[in-house]
Amino acid sequence: MKKSTNPFYDISLKKRHAKTKRFKLFTYSSLIFSLAFLLFFIVDIGIKAFPTLKQAYVYVDVTYSQKSMRSSRAAIDRKYKKIVSRAYLREIPKHIKQNPHLLNTTVKKWVLADDQVDQYLKGHYTKLKSRDKAFVDELVKNNLLELQFNRIFFTNGDSKVPEFAGILSSIIGTILTLIITMLFAFPIGVMAAIYLEEFSKDNLLTQIIEININNLAAIPSILFGLLGLAIFINSFGLPRSSALVGGLTLALMTLPIIIVSSRAALRSVPNSIREAGFAVGLTKVQVVTGHVLPLAFPGIMTGSIIGLAQALGETAPLIIIGMIAFIPDSPTSVLDAATVLPAQIFTWAGMPERAYIEKTAGAIMVLLSILVLLNSTAIYLRKKYEVKW
Amino acid sequence: MRSRFQRVEEKLITSTLLIASIISVLITFGILFSILFEAIEFFELKSFSYFLTGTEWSPGVENSRFGALPIFAGTFIITIIAMLVAVPIGLGSAIFMSEYASFKMRNRIKPLLEMLAGIPTVVYGFFAAITVAPLIVELAQSIGLEASFNSALASGIVMGIMITPVISSLSDDVIRAVPDSQRKASLALGMTSSETISSIVIPSAIPGIISAILLGLSKALGETMIVVMAAGLRPNLTLNPLEDMTTVTVRIVDALSGDQSFNSPETLSAFALGLILFFVTLGINIISVVMIKRFKEKYKVNTL
Repeated sequence: MKKSTNPFYDISLKKRHAKTKRFKLFTYSSLIFSLAFLLFFIVDIGIKAFPTLKQAYVYVDVTYSQKSMRSSRAAIDRKYKKIVSRAYLREIPKHIKQNPHLLNTTVKKWVLADDQVDQYLKGHYTKLKSRDKAFVDELVKNNLLELQFNRIFFTNGDSKVPEFAGILSSIIGTILTLIITMLFAFPIGVMAAIYLEEFSKDNLLTQIIEININNLAAIPSILFGLLGLAIFINSFGLPRSSALVGGLTLALMTLPIIIVSSRAALRSVPNSIREAGFAVGLTKVQVVTGHVLPLAFPGIMTGSIIGLAQALGETAPLIIIGMIAFIPDSPTSVLDAATVLPAQIFTWAGMPERAYIEKTAGAIMVLLSILVLLNSTAIYLRKKYEVKW
Repeated sequence: MRSRFQRVEEKLITSTLLIASIISVLITFGILFSILFEAIEFFELKSFSYFLTGTEWSPGVENSRFGALPIFAGTFIITIIAMLVAVPIGLGSAIFMSEYASFKMRNRIKPLLEMLAGIPTVVYGFFAAITVAPLIVELAQSIGLEASFNSALASGIVMGIMITPVISSLSDDVIRAVPDSQRKASLALGMTSSETISSIVIPSAIPGIISAILLGLSKALGETMIVVMAAGLRPNLTLNPLEDMTTVTVRIVDALSGDQSFNSPETLSAFALGLILFFVTLGINIISVVMIKRFKEKYKVNTL
């Protein structure tokens, strides 16, 4: 509009509109930035993790003799010394003991190659000398050395030899720890939620409990680790690094999440259900256990799975209570020293060998997939059992 | 008529439920006392005033000194960097989602942002140490500066990304709860949409936004894995974000993963640092809760 015809003409209008545009652009770009970061992050970890799927194997003669029982290096030709994995050779005497019929035979088979060879094949930095590199190239040309699917990563425990390291022991440790966590956090959390939502009177005690639960959810996780160390390990004398202590510590952290979500689920059950129960003469306990709780149960489950997913990703308190120990064999009870998947990621990330980087990224991918699976289950449950009152 | 047995049963169940909810209070006191007692033991061995103001942190040597000032400074600087990343991005995304995005778009974007919050911190730590830190070293080199591989900047930036969804999610809810009549009144007076947002909507929502920022702040202060993996171990009193620094949480982890006996001042120093962390985050959380309560009362919202 022209200045002369419009009495409301504002000379700064153009500037103000430009400012509006800039402002919108700023908010839009900050959103794009966070989403772009998420994408970059997942692609970056994915690219780093991808090589873990394959591992170098070499086709050699393995001689099972008395001599190789004593010194396993005798089992293969000397020229393969730098090619075959040390960890594989170490297993040979054990392998012969388990299969005595193999003694005094020579078998041609695919065996695990050294991590330096593996890294060379994947095009990463390697400590191999140029002579060894030429030998590897020749083997590859004759199809005697190749990358195969990496089963070891899923069937082995931790190892100081990168090509022999896997996530099995940490997965089992994670399962044991989370079982303990849910065994304690779920019943206590649900009971506390039922009390606060259905039975409590509005008095000082209730208020203290409510403030406290909000606070508990915001306490830094590392402080729960200090609690676990001082109380569970030093006062109760429970074994250090065990799944029991780890599970209990995580249970304390998961408790507020379960309480808050269970309360929301209980609150969403309409009052008419309760009143109908009272009208036919049920007691309060009967109304809650027979009618309110079953209706709120899907919501409670959803919240608990989300709590479980958070416990699964937690590392800091577990480091404090010593769950970063080197665990090559899977724990068999909750009192054994154990490690969990995030702690395994932490230990591997600190290893000097280049080959551990892809293992770390691989373990991260496994962890993220489990988290996505758990969260989608929670969303599915919510969608399936959601009731519109 | 109800039988006596039934009445006893009712009482029993109710008290079991009460005990379950009291456990949550016991946990808080458990944390407080377990840290407090060990911290007191530490301050019997080492001076409290030097702990707060001293600049030399030398555990493990004879006549070890525990001056935590450089550790607090490092925590402070890394947290500031994180907030410098998280506050504009978090607020910007929140404003876009609540004011500009369509209902459908918001429903699609919000879960994606929450994915950022669901990623375990150990994964962020790996990313900060392996990808971001070398990137910063290279960038610094290209402009003629020298950066450490354990620079405060790397862990600060990644930590900022981590707390962005904390700030954006709560701010989005708060901005959304500001009554629409305020927006319409402002637009009717001829203000542009950005003027409406920045001078009407945001000031109305400010208690809630501050609460969200404080929540992010307390998360940043207590964050452990990112700094343990990407920041340094050396207490370093400097303002240069390209140098390595250490934080309270890093020193706690370091003190407890050593081989010292439990009653040595090295181990006990972790509890002294933990005590400070506990009270600082507690204070921030309480202010945050009060702020959001004020907002809720002002606009009578119950959904937050």
